[in-house]
Amino acid sequence: YFSSSSHRMSSDGKPATFQPPPKPVIIDRQQQREERRFLSPEFIPPRGRTDPLKFYIERKDMIQRRKVFNIPEFYVGSVLAVTTADPYASEKTNRFVGICIQRGGKGLGATFVLRNVIEDQGVEVCYELYSPRIQAIEVLKLEKRLDDNLMYLRDALPEYSTFDVNMKPVSRLDHEEIPLNKLQVRMKPKPWSKRWERPKYNIKGIKFELPEKKMKEAQKWSQPWLEFDMLREYDTSKIEEKIWKEVSEELKK
Amino acid sequence: SITGACRAIQKLTRVRVVDNSALGNTPYHRPPKCIHVYNKTGVGKVGDKILLAIKGEKKKALIVGHKMPGPTMTPRFDSNNVVLIEDNGNPVGTRIKTPIPYILRQKEGEFSKVLAIARNFV
Repeated sequence: YFSSSSHRMSSDGKPATFQPPPKPVIIDRQQQREERRFLSPEFIPPRGRTDPLKFYIERKDMIQRRKVFNIPEFYVGSVLAVTTADPYASEKTNRFVGICIQRGGKGLGATFVLRNVIEDQGVEVCYELYSPRIQAIEVLKLEKRLDDNLMYLRDALPEYSTFDVNMKPVSRLDHEEIPLNKLQVRMKPKPWSKRWERPKYNIKGIKFELPEKKMKEAQKWSQPWLEFDMLREYDTSKIEEKIWKEVSEELKK
Repeated sequence: SITGACRAIQKLTRVRVVDNSALGNTPYHRPPKCIHVYNKTGVGKVGDKILLAIKGEKKKALIVGHKMPGPTMTPRFDSNNVVLIEDNGNPVGTRIKTPIPYILRQKEGEFSKVLAIARNFV
């Protein structure tokens, strides 16, 4: 065929050199993804003198359940939709949408509490993560909040706990960091179910509109020596590493 | 010994009437209070019948939700909800807007009429 390269004359008058096409840039997402690892808090065994064999057997059962049913990653403060099997419901399934206010329990008895306000009535449901009655867990909005425990939402204005039952899942990219919602919640007038202004709860997500005198009085109950108490220390970093390796290997099989 | 405060319904608990009956919704200077629980123990849970004192009258009612946490997977409401009922089990109101737990469907025979007027289920 007629090649045009031999006729191509550059401005210098020399024959044109072969210009290779630009190399495609390969962004290796795999490495970026593996940097962020999430170990569900119920895998970490509580501090105590029980035989680690018990936790090992429990972890095997938990992994077995996770292979059959996908339990997504979520934190306290993310909005979830859970469908459970209910013999008394029409179509035998029951779907509940709510914000996760607390994650408790370790091992197979791990629970999470979802809260929502339906028709001006606040409803909370405590679900067991590994219960066979749960048919699907969908994360509609994945985000973190300033606290580990959002029980104060019961005493906050109802607008902070209302979530649309038919809300669409909020899309997010895989390698992005989980957004931290620094929302400061406004409360109903006192009395509250617990005295949330006291330092033992260590809540950062409330906008306290109490007078300065009350805030100072609440600091009377602070126990600043607690954070230096060596008997209460529980360093989970090494345990987490071991368990993470174990769990990720088992799940890949 | 003294029993601790219970967030289920017992004698003298103030309740919130959830249906749209006239008795339940007209304002009165005293809140509706439970005066008797039709139960072996005096503690009323979801699905128990109680006697209410409303506007100077006695009326039977059915508990549809309480503040006390129950078994897992059952909902826990932020207020003690109650539906006014006649002696034969017929509800006084015509509509129930607040969500009702699915557990009530277990005793379909007694509460079928109450479940029929309920709109939302949890």
